[in-house]
Amino acid sequence: MSRNGIIALVVAVIVVGGGYWIWTERAEQVAPVAVATKTLVYCSEGSPEGFNPTFYTAGTTFDATRPIFNRLVEFEHGTTKIVPGLAESWEVSDDGLIYTFRLRKGVKFHSNASFTPTRDFNAEDVVWSFERQLKADHPFHKVSGGTYEYFQGMDMPNLLKAVEKVDDYTVRFVLNQPEAPFLANMAMEFAVIMSAEHGQAMLTAGTPEQADLTPVGTGPFQLVDYQKDATIRYKANPDYWAGKAAIDDLVFAITVDPSVRYAKLKAGECHVMPYPNPADIAAMQTDPDLQVLEQEGLNVGYLAFNTEKEPFTKKEVRQALNMAINKDAIIEAVFQGAGKAAKNPIPPTIWSYNDAVTDYPYDPDKAMKMLADAGYPSGFETDIWAMPVQRPYNPNAQRMAELIQADWEKVGVKATIVSFEWGEYLKRSKDGEHQTVLLGWTGDNGDPDNFLYVLLGCAAANDGTNRARWCYQPFDDLLVQAKRTADMAQRTALYEQAQVIFKEEAPWVTIAHSVVFVPMRKEVVGYKVDPFGYHIFYGVDLTSESAPGS
Amino acid sequence: MLRFLLTKVSLLIPTFFGVTLLTFAMIRLIPGDPIELLVGERGIDPARHARLRAELGLDRPILEQYGIYIADVLQGDLGKSIVTRRPVLDEFLTLFPATIELSLCAILFALVIGLPVGILAGVRRGTVWDHSVMGVSLTGYSMPIFWWGLLLILLFSVNLQWTPVSGRISLVYFFEPVTGFMLIDSLLSGQPGAFKSTARHLILPALVLGTIPLAVIARMTRSAMLEVLGEDYIRTARAKGLPPLRVIGLHALRNALIPVVTVIGLQVGVLLGGAILTETIFSWPGIGKWLIDSIGRRDYPSLQGGILLVAMVVMTVNLIVDLLYGLINPRIRRAR
Repeated sequence: MSRNGIIALVVAVIVVGGGYWIWTERAEQVAPVAVATKTLVYCSEGSPEGFNPTFYTAGTTFDATRPIFNRLVEFEHGTTKIVPGLAESWEVSDDGLIYTFRLRKGVKFHSNASFTPTRDFNAEDVVWSFERQLKADHPFHKVSGGTYEYFQGMDMPNLLKAVEKVDDYTVRFVLNQPEAPFLANMAMEFAVIMSAEHGQAMLTAGTPEQADLTPVGTGPFQLVDYQKDATIRYKANPDYWAGKAAIDDLVFAITVDPSVRYAKLKAGECHVMPYPNPADIAAMQTDPDLQVLEQEGLNVGYLAFNTEKEPFTKKEVRQALNMAINKDAIIEAVFQGAGKAAKNPIPPTIWSYNDAVTDYPYDPDKAMKMLADAGYPSGFETDIWAMPVQRPYNPNAQRMAELIQADWEKVGVKATIVSFEWGEYLKRSKDGEHQTVLLGWTGDNGDPDNFLYVLLGCAAANDGTNRARWCYQPFDDLLVQAKRTADMAQRTALYEQAQVIFKEEAPWVTIAHSVVFVPMRKEVVGYKVDPFGYHIFYGVDLTSESAPGS
Repeated sequence: MLRFLLTKVSLLIPTFFGVTLLTFAMIRLIPGDPIELLVGERGIDPARHARLRAELGLDRPILEQYGIYIADVLQGDLGKSIVTRRPVLDEFLTLFPATIELSLCAILFALVIGLPVGILAGVRRGTVWDHSVMGVSLTGYSMPIFWWGLLLILLFSVNLQWTPVSGRISLVYFFEPVTGFMLIDSLLSGQPGAFKSTARHLILPALVLGTIPLAVIARMTRSAMLEVLGEDYIRTARAKGLPPLRVIGLHALRNALIPVVTVIGLQVGVLLGGAILTETIFSWPGIGKWLIDSIGRRDYPSLQGGILLVAMVVMTVNLIVDLLYGLINPRIRRAR
């Protein structure tokens, strides 16, 4: 055979062999693989920053740490209601300063290659977990950088006076002032209970940072392996105190691009995906293999008037500009179906949401008349600050600003659109440089106080988180009173009243609450959309055989 | 040869300082403060903000920061990531094998296809072969990577189900990485089917990443071949009755390869740049995605360290390419 012939033969063998190989592989992939264990694959949107949730504030990180840990109290799955977690019950003293938690007995910590617990969970672990964040002289306070962002952000250092062990199964939290939302804070991610024994063992071994890299919790799943930017693997905790999870293995396949996540979901390479492209949702809803769950997110997007600057010091001007905005058109254009109009500063998923409040109607003629009555017959000039980034509560602030600009133009108000780099934007708007600013908020603990006091209270007007810089005493008094009251019914009444005042005074244009969509395959059962936007897999099961992962 | 090598290596030193200075300064020119970005809408009180900046050393004069950074780098310490708190070098070494593996496969794909079609187009100049090769390669060169990647995924992974959508290996296989190169690790794991799964996961990303280098190589090979084929010695070789394959394969190709090798060397930079997009589409856990994340989070140490390391790799590869000329063409070696 000539040389040419040999080369041609080799090429032919490679082509035919390669093709056959791919073909046989395809057949294998399509055929259902019989597996003894139930593995749920979640195509997560990014890598966690780490596995100790007390350091971070990002939802992506919390999704990855949530399977591992428990808190003293938990949010009931799918709601913002607080239910017992590692604490079976709790009492609040009459003055609202002392919270006593009675702990669950027989709760086991996870074990891993370098650590096997010798005792069950007890009060030591609770004290250890909180003192690590609270006390600068705690041996672990500085380990792994030690910035307890959420703990600090929720003002816990000023709120917590002491965390005391009463006996092995009773812990007392002493506060500096009465604070009803404290209980909701205890269900947040920074309030996870870690193993004091594990920490001590790692400290003795001279590798304290391992306590954060190889997390040991009491949660429904334990961490098996993490490959950065690729996969996170968990296995069900067989000794979980609330019963073993229905699935045996949980895998996060990190997939950054939403179109690729969708492709993986369709191809059966994962069961659940977060954050779909709004444009894909309609197709997903009609796909016979998929189901799409949805719920309003725990957030609000708003436009705040700087009430310290003319003409926004006048209530009538603020009300008029509320009426000048065609909210429905904005939501249609900016959210593309993934948003609902907001009338209150808190989302409807939060208790005490006042549905009796009516929003300002879209009425440019009346707005013009009100402006004239307020002394601005020919309008005025102002600015609209538009965020440079996409946020859940506002996917396109530039576009939103343009629409508002056009609406206001119709009533004679000429607005220029202003934007800065995100960090700069936050800083300058906090300093009150704006006249009107687009921003929003995602709730932390499901308590109305977390929206109303943080965003609209007088204290927040001083430090700048209250972008309207609006300090209205009758409103603030209600919030302070609600903070000091432990009784749920009383608090609800106070917050409902506060929302009425808010609407009348109109320091904001409340724009929208985003809608969260979670697409998943049909064989996934028991999944509930979490109002906080987390993705939780305890309580989820798979019907029939489904073995993604090729 | 030794002198040649020393000159080339000594050039690396000013380049190294240039890269560190440039990245250090440029990163700090991007507006935004890592701490402000970390806390977002929630905000942070000024005292705590100042304390955190001091902890990260961001409160010092910029020249002092640079001095400290360079002193650390020279001792092999690239600092710790602001976000994950892990040493930058560790993170880089965990992720870099994935990028190398993908880039090697991409360049291999580009060579295996690009060289022969380039030769074919050169030899059959002006024929339908030539026109189709040039047309297709121009299309490949102009293809936006993101769009091309998604298109292939939709066709081969979703519709035909021939290849997996993304990732490095099927989730069914699970083993601790030894070398970080999945092709090797999957063989070492001894799990049946693991290697095959890895290879299948490489097909689409390598194809996407290799498309632009393929087009460049094909076009470069063609024009180099055209030039060489017009030389007198080729006519002589043909005249003395050598078989055409021998004339093309030995006499022409060897001389045509020099510019092609230069281009391949330069493609390494292109590959690492393209890897950023390709890795994002195919959820490939390499350094491209890591660098993008670091920019978003203003993670100065990761970004500085990452860019420096990538620059070092590109410089090293180009040095090797320079040395390769000598091997291909002894005249260059002797001339120096």
